[in-house]
Amino acid sequence: MFVWFLYIVTACLLFWSWRSDKKKTISALKKGWKAFENLLPQFLPIILLIGISLAILDPSTISRILGKESGLLGMALAAVIGSIVLMPGFIAFPLAASLLAAGAGYGQIAMLVTTLMMVGIVTLPLETQYFGKRLAIERNALAFVYAVISSFILGGIL
Amino acid sequence: MIGLIKRYRVFLGLCLLNLILLLAEPATGRKALSITSENLLEMLSFLPPIFVLLGLLDVWIDRETMMRYMGENSGLRGHLLAFALGSAAAGPLYAAFPIVGVLLKKNASMMNVFIFVGAWSTTKIPLLVFESATLGFHFMALRFVFNVIGILIIAWIMKIQAKGEKLPIQE
Repeated sequence: MFVWFLYIVTACLLFWSWRSDKKKTISALKKGWKAFENLLPQFLPIILLIGISLAILDPSTISRILGKESGLLGMALAAVIGSIVLMPGFIAFPLAASLLAAGAGYGQIAMLVTTLMMVGIVTLPLETQYFGKRLAIERNALAFVYAVISSFILGGIL
Repeated sequence: MIGLIKRYRVFLGLCLLNLILLLAEPATGRKALSITSENLLEMLSFLPPIFVLLGLLDVWIDRETMMRYMGENSGLRGHLLAFALGSAAAGPLYAAFPIVGVLLKKNASMMNVFIFVGAWSTTKIPLLVFESATLGFHFMALRFVFNVIGILIIAWIMKIQAKGEKLPIQE
């Protein structure tokens, strides 16, 4: 539904742009296409890697690893799985909800969700292209540390 | 042709891996393929507007405007704008990097760029709605508060780390 909103906003802006300056609009579309074409060799492997890893680590395997009383080990595993595997939120949240229902702790779930969304070892090469190696690694490391701290606090509160 | 193969070598390698998986473990291989095609369709559903917006942003917003609104001296307003832009996005984090490229090229401040990345990764509005529906309002609200603090701290540290760094995109 939200994607439709994005399309409508984009269409309006495109329409406005076309009416104001056709040349600029064409060059904008060309730039957009070029950026997309440049990133395709990196997008495609990411998608495939997600597919392969989710097929191997299916929800039942994950819920066994992070299940009841997995404690600190569960936290650590959640962090490792979350950092390597990349899942869109729309897959991660229902999975997290089913894990909670299966008895996983709030802390483990927060850890999994936060690292899934903020830390991406798989996407590091892509990130390096924009920030350089050092900054890209540092951003991921900081996000990881943040995920650990916030998950422990969240696990303690809830 | 050779160039094309070279550019897509990682992709081709993973295709091969999936093929091996398909032969060795047909059920898992098929599952991997179906998840991949599902994700591919999802990706193709949200990427076109993102790249059109990226092109429009690149053409219509010049460096001076970007610097005024999100540059070094844009202050709180710049931070809020970066936060709002990231939160209004759709798509996973890797879709944000091309836009980051444009922001960097037009001299947005590092602090704002990293606020944008942080917001894009965790405080997207549709995701928040979805999170509170699946995991409960309390879980979502608490994580949201932590995330805002976390994003600001990470952005601030990264700004200091990035000082004087020559970025690949600006060369």
